[in-house]
Amino acid sequence: MSQMKKRKMGNFGEIMRRLKKNRLAMFGLTIVVLLFITALFADFIAPYSYAKQHLSDAFQAPNSKYILGTDEFGRDIFSRIVYGSRISLQVGFIAVGLAVVVGGFLGAVSGFYGGKIDNLIMRAMDILLSIPQILLAIAIAASLGPGLFNLMIAVGISSIPSYARIVRSAVLSIRNQEFVEAAKAMGSSDFRIIMKHILPNSMAPIIVQATLGVAFAILTAAGLSFIGLGIQPPMPEWGAMLSGGRGYIRDYPYMTLFPGLAIMITILALNFLGDGLRDALDPKLKR
Amino acid sequence: MLKYIFKRIISLIPVLIGVAFIVFSLLYFTPGDPARMVLGDMATEEALQAFRETEGLNDPFIVQFGRYLYKATTQADIGRSYVTKRAVTNEIMTVFPATLKLAAFSMFLAVIFGIPFGIISAIKQYSWFDSITMIFAMIGISMPVFWLGVLLILFFSVRLNWLPSSGFGTFSAMILPSISLAAQGVAIVTRMTRSTMLEVIRQDYIRTVRAKGQKESLVIWRHALPNALIPVITIAGIQFGQLLGGAVLTESIFSIPGVGRLMVEAIKMRDFPVVQGGVLYIAVAFSLVNLLVDLIYAWIDPRIKAQYR
Repeated sequence: MSQMKKRKMGNFGEIMRRLKKNRLAMFGLTIVVLLFITALFADFIAPYSYAKQHLSDAFQAPNSKYILGTDEFGRDIFSRIVYGSRISLQVGFIAVGLAVVVGGFLGAVSGFYGGKIDNLIMRAMDILLSIPQILLAIAIAASLGPGLFNLMIAVGISSIPSYARIVRSAVLSIRNQEFVEAAKAMGSSDFRIIMKHILPNSMAPIIVQATLGVAFAILTAAGLSFIGLGIQPPMPEWGAMLSGGRGYIRDYPYMTLFPGLAIMITILALNFLGDGLRDALDPKLKR
Repeated sequence: MLKYIFKRIISLIPVLIGVAFIVFSLLYFTPGDPARMVLGDMATEEALQAFRETEGLNDPFIVQFGRYLYKATTQADIGRSYVTKRAVTNEIMTVFPATLKLAAFSMFLAVIFGIPFGIISAIKQYSWFDSITMIFAMIGISMPVFWLGVLLILFFSVRLNWLPSSGFGTFSAMILPSISLAAQGVAIVTRMTRSTMLEVIRQDYIRTVRAKGQKESLVIWRHALPNALIPVITIAGIQFGQLLGGAVLTESIFSIPGVGRLMVEAIKMRDFPVVQGGVLYIAVAFSLVNLLVDLIYAWIDPRIKAQYR
């Protein structure tokens, strides 16, 4: 039991120490923090509004006035990328939040009770998993219609099964340990046991999966916007910007280069961070 | 083994019914009146009513789903396109081969590049080769498929004029789409091969093989590799689904006449039966590939074979 407790939260400092030693993970963390700052202070960072058209300045290559150039309506690409970070982070974190809550609940119930309920939930998850994730998101988004909120729902639902599975297997490995038995013997309700004892002890794999999941959610959302589902103009979503610039790739390639770079750096940072977290939280896997 | 194959095929049936249920429900709850979509804005109220009656659109949800399932299994009929009025099955079957070809060729690239890179990285862990491979693998995972496609077009078609930027008829036209789709697969297979290989070469039996003086190349090829590749096969199967999904984006960039582009066009026209039909077809293809992977898995792994003697 004491070992369990130690693994729980007691060595948060230890985890941070291990994370700090991982240079790529720290690089990822720095970028993610910078992105949050950008999204929060977009009004101060962006020199122009994301929708303001300077028609006489359309198709400007990067210059001192527009550091990343302008698009076909003369909108400042840098400002649009800055504001776009808000949308991408929102979609990424809210979609994953939804998936973690719903998937985590299903997985916990499934693993804790076992038997018929477990079978039912897990078969349902198998069905969802048999549709490639991006296609499931496309199917849901197509029937919900465009919009930021629907995009989050579509991406969120399509990520539920992976969290359900992770939480279930974490619960299964903890369910029969002595401290759970002790809690049962003391008369704790099932709900309390799951919330207080089981979930906190299965946080490590959830955190890792969620970090990588945010990256995947942002990527999926950008893909959906790219094919015309999801965010609608004039909202500056990175995937939609990339899609909009495609028609001008011959003469104005920077219109597609910069939004794509923004997506890639974000995803790369989250992936480095997720990988680093996995190594830090579970040193057994570190080689 | 036969028992296992049989059991595995039987277990596929509820999954496919479930997928059909999801696809049908999404179609059913999509806002908009199907009768109106088929007959057009000029149709009279009586005509709409008559259409709903003959097509059974007034029936309860579960009856409609039963009919959908029945028609889908017995006549391969999953509805008609709102736009072309052709059967969705026909629409999809004409373009499905291109998507499969693209995904299969990308899978092939992912395996023939991913596995060797992963093995060398694992054998020479912490070498410069390993570091560079791992960084490139991470970039490959993080690169949006559609952005890579656009970049490839920019360099190889627009700037250098070496390869065509669209179409899928000739081999040269297949190169750019396959590379852009395969990049992520190569990255994932590389990482997976590396990590399972590292796990295997630390095991006791490998130490035993080395201790008895076996040549290092044989240690790797004969003793370590077969065990390391088993999880890679599973990942490759899952990856095939990702490739089918990614093909949707790749096709629309390179104007390849496949299921993906058909679906994207259908989304723009609000032609929902085609969109959901595409999802159904790809999910079925993915399930069959996974069945195949499981069977291969059982065939090469004696531990699983033994369970079903």
